[in-house]
This record gives sequence, structure tokens and C-alpha cells, in this order.
Amino acid sequence: MTRFAAGDRVRVRDDWPETRGPVHIRTPHYVRGLEGTIRAHLGRYPNPEDLAFARPAPELDLYHVSFSRRAVWPDDLAEGTTPGPAGSEDEIVIEIYETWLEAA
Amino acid sequence: MRRAVGGSSGGACLSTLPCPGGAARYIGGMGTDETIRQDQPGQPEDRPRAHHDLGGVSTFMCRGVDTETHTLTDFDREVDALRQLLSLKGLMSVDELRRGIEAIPEAEYHALGYYERWIRSIADNLLRRGVITEDELRTALTES
Repeated sequence: MTRFAAGDRVRVRDDWPETRGPVHIRTPHYVRGLEGTIRAHLGRYPNPEDLAFARPAPELDLYHVSFSRRAVWPDDLAEGTTPGPAGSEDEIVIEIYETWLEAA
Repeated sequence: MRRAVGGSSGGACLSTLPCPGGAARYIGGMGTDETIRQDQPGQPEDRPRAHHDLGGVSTFMCRGVDTETHTLTDFDREVDALRQLLSLKGLMSVDELRRGIEAIPEAEYHALGYYERWIRSIADNLLRRGVITEDELRTALTES
């Protein structure tokens, strides 16, 4: 039983551990603090944040989380952007470990 | 619907925004520190992005794509062989390799080539683990 299931709305923690000392993190800067949707549970993997320092690495759930492209990079950032067809919404799908996610 | 998939590599390709003058979108690569720090509006400079966390940084979206084939040099092959041997011997994981690459100071990070970053990280990891000492590394570099 995993904490999140496909379709659940989640928020990526707006946390910046890179400001507090040496870290290795796999959550890209541009989705921190954003809401997204769980698309799939990808399995359980040793936490790379620990593996990177040769520390004991507990297994964590890894999810595919999708984000609205407009939420990540709004249209008005690009001059001359043509909106997609009505009803279309491009998505960005990111692999994110459970420790970075909270229910939205 | 188009989907751009990012993830462990920390990158995502965004295919919908046009570039000025029809320039091709550019994924990955190097630039000067000054241009790399030009983040998108909406992702303000005060967000403390690490210098290697380059996904979505606007500078990289509108440069010409480098489609040249990059031939591996003997140095490149030796570095890769070293990485594989260290992995087999349990002396360095890929995660540790990445940590070491990301720890390279910003100016050097952008000045070094791909495998040059690797060998910097490998040296850093071997020193951290005590596999080699600073004296041994210094001596070896002086002799070579």
C-alpha cells in the first residue's frame, strides 16, 4: 500500500536543502512548491540522497508526477506563443520520491 | 497532448515555446556563468537553484542545437573505464559520482568538459573514502 495513488493531487515541498549544506537531490528546482497529479507508482528504490554520500539508504516510493506545463512555464513567458487547441494541456512528467511530496 | 519527461537527470524538454528567429531549442550544454544565471521570469533569481540544476533555465531553450558527433578521446575512455572499475569494486556508486560532479564550484563546473567533471568527482570520492591520499594524488600528478 503506497501513500499516494494515481490521480491523487500532491504538492512538491518548497524546500531548498542545497542552501543548507552539501546535498544530492533529484527534485528539479522548477517544480518545487507546485501542485501536480500522481500518474503512477514506479517502485521502491534506495534513497539517492543517501546513496550519494555512501550512507545507509532506506527504500522510498518513487512516483511519476505530472504538472501542467502552464504552471511550470506560463505562456506569457514566451513572445509569440500560440496556445494549443482547446482542451489541450501539455504536461511535464517528473520522477519524484515520496519524501518530496505532500497531499494537496 | 504532448508530454515532456524529466526526472532523475533533473531535466525536462519543453517543446511548446518558440524561440526568437526560429532558433532550434537547445537541451543541455555549457555557457558563461553570466548567461546561465538568467532564469525565467516567474522563476526569480531569489529561488536558490543550485548551479548545476539547469532544467528549464531559459538560456538553454533558444540556442542552436549542437548536432556534431563527439568522438571519445583516450582520456574519455580511461575515465569511463575507471568509473566502471570503481563501481565493480564497490568504491564509488553513480550517485556518489553525481554528488561529486555537482560539488564542483560553479565557474569550474562550466569550464570543464564532461569527462573532466567525472575525473574531478572520482578524485574527490577516492579522497573522501581514503582510497588515495592527497599526497599520493599530488605526487602522481607531478610525475605524469
